[in-house]
Amino acid sequence: MEMINWHTCFFLLFALISCGFAIAIVASSNVVRMAFYLIITLGSVAGLFFLAGADFIGAVQLMVYVGGTLVLLVFGVMLTARSPFVSMRTGGSQWILATIVGGSLLVILLQAAFSVENWSGERIVQTTSAQQQISPTSTKIGLSLIGLRVDQLEQQDETLRAGMSGYLLVFEIISVHLLVVLVGAAYLARAKRRPLKEPSNSKL
Amino acid sequence: MAEYLSQYIPYWIAYALIGLIQAGLLLALMLVTVAVFTWVERKVSARIQDRLGPTRRGGRFGWLQPPADGIKLLLKEDLVPKNADAFFFRIAPYICFCTTLCVFMAIPFADGWVAERLNTGIFFVLAIAGLGVFGVVMAGYSSGSKWSLFGAMREATQVISYEVPMAMALVVPVMVAGTMDLVTIGNMQAGWFTNWFIFHDPFTFIVFWVYFTCAVASTNRAPFDLPEAESELVAGFMTEYSGFRWAIFFMAEYGSMLVVSCLAVILFFGAWNGPIPVTQFLGLTNDLHPIAGFAANLLGLANCLIKACICMTVIVWVRWSLPRLRIDQVMATCWKYCVPLAAAMLLGAMLWSYAFPAGLLFRNQAFGYASEKSDVMSDIKNGKVARAEKGGRQTWK
Amino acid sequence: MNLLTQPVGLTHYLIVGALLFVTGLVCMATKRNAVGVLMGIELVLNGANINFVAFGSKYLGTAHQCTLGLDGQLIALIVIVLAAAEAAVALAIVLSYYNNHITVDVDKADELKG
Repeated sequence: MEMINWHTCFFLLFALISCGFAIAIVASSNVVRMAFYLIITLGSVAGLFFLAGADFIGAVQLMVYVGGTLVLLVFGVMLTARSPFVSMRTGGSQWILATIVGGSLLVILLQAAFSVENWSGERIVQTTSAQQQISPTSTKIGLSLIGLRVDQLEQQDETLRAGMSGYLLVFEIISVHLLVVLVGAAYLARAKRRPLKEPSNSKL
Repeated sequence: MAEYLSQYIPYWIAYALIGLIQAGLLLALMLVTVAVFTWVERKVSARIQDRLGPTRRGGRFGWLQPPADGIKLLLKEDLVPKNADAFFFRIAPYICFCTTLCVFMAIPFADGWVAERLNTGIFFVLAIAGLGVFGVVMAGYSSGSKWSLFGAMREATQVISYEVPMAMALVVPVMVAGTMDLVTIGNMQAGWFTNWFIFHDPFTFIVFWVYFTCAVASTNRAPFDLPEAESELVAGFMTEYSGFRWAIFFMAEYGSMLVVSCLAVILFFGAWNGPIPVTQFLGLTNDLHPIAGFAANLLGLANCLIKACICMTVIVWVRWSLPRLRIDQVMATCWKYCVPLAAAMLLGAMLWSYAFPAGLLFRNQAFGYASEKSDVMSDIKNGKVARAEKGGRQTWK
Repeated sequence: MNLLTQPVGLTHYLIVGALLFVTGLVCMATKRNAVGVLMGIELVLNGANINFVAFGSKYLGTAHQCTLGLDGQLIALIVIVLAAAEAAVALAIVLSYYNNHITVDVDKADELKG
């Protein structure tokens, strides 16, 4: 028996979990169940990131997306889930239209995916200590964010090097963007003071 | 260790077996700590309140009280309320417990004695610890009662609010060390107790207290336990839980106390290095003999656990000494006091590390410019850029 | 067994990304609950992220080994941050809508209907 490629096993596990629960989100009509399935889906997407060698991005996905954005979504679900609205069903015609559009897009994307040359992957020969070949990415990502592209230092082509600046400006922009967005969201979702019904005419 | 075993049995069995053994060890550690600390809590709280505590089970000190409690909880009736969403009701305690248990994967207890040595250790710990809030919200929602939902929302708000200053406070020792790898951070504090990060600069000292406050708040221990306070909301999100499910929540709470204590010990109090470098004096290193290295690590493990237990006892002590904060006071403490303080201390620690790279009073040769510790930067400095991608975590034995 | 012994290539990741993207699209199109539409948006963004990370990974063999390198992971990081920001705003809008109409049914948001 050939050696089982554990990387493939785990990839299949995470891929099946994420796709399966994503389809369950579409199929479910209870919004709380949908939130739970989304948590599982995004968690297994983080697993897929780890398997692709992006360890820092996988941890960021777990911390920011699952631990932040999804908590926000769950709060939103809890604040708006009264029982008549926990399950809402869509009409059949909309389902048919959505399936047609989605299906055609899926066909196009799959066709693009399968057209990658040699798609079954000629990878690094699997050794028993495969973890020694995975290099950590967090230092490189951190340094890129302050402008030093340490992953491209061996780029010999001068014309390509000229365009390889760091991501410092992007970092700054998304920081300010987050600040603006959060201020705006807090303002939008503030509890509005209800106006007084009548001017007080009490005889107290 | 898995490579060692794989000489005898197929490597995939070796990995699976080692994984199971490590998982079993971590589970055992967590459960034993939980059991011991239920007893410690009852005894300490009793003594603070001028009474005795458990004295009947197991002799004069009642040390068999935790197993007795456990057996009682197991024998209780297993009920699910009628209005409850049964699936979420059943699964919520296990989510809290599993996230707390998974954090232990990345926490080292001695040099190299970590289940999975991650380059982004702290980040992983913070990410997984932040997932426990889902169990709480699910428990509150699925109980089908509005008191549970209120308690759960308050608790979730508190946990996620305190994650912000906690993360900022944890960035300070990471910045001082220059790496997120917990094993490296522990090794940098070897030597005398003056090498511990808490004595590195006054800003780290203050930020430890900020971290302690945030840790106590994020585990919902008093004085921040309004969401589960008996006099306010019955038991918050745990109201409808009884018997074994409640025991799982309880274990998750004590487990997260252990997690934050271990993090505090590793990042601030020298991890597995004692105040006096005994192993250095005795010459117990791996060069002497593998058994000597193992003995040194065993001593380090004892050190780490003793310090974590002291930290947990302080948390228990604080619970029974301070009055409870109201929810608006809890939020004010977080956003008006902890966050600006943590941010200011981060700035101060950064300036201090820049001004005195090797320490002011206590010279620690583990420091230098923080950039030199990372293999990428040292490779750049030495001109070996082509080999910067060689990568490599060291495997541990 | 044949499936489990072959290494995973770029195509496998692209298939997963495509499935998540299309699922998110169908979710956005068919859900009546506004928060459900938000979940569709999250799925779409995650499908795109998987694609970025897969193209930037050097462990998924392709014939030419021309990957995005670290750029793929950095773009994924930026997408995660922006998705969080956009989820905050979208949820603020949903809550505002709920405060005014006491419902989150998007089919009832037809005041501007001609």
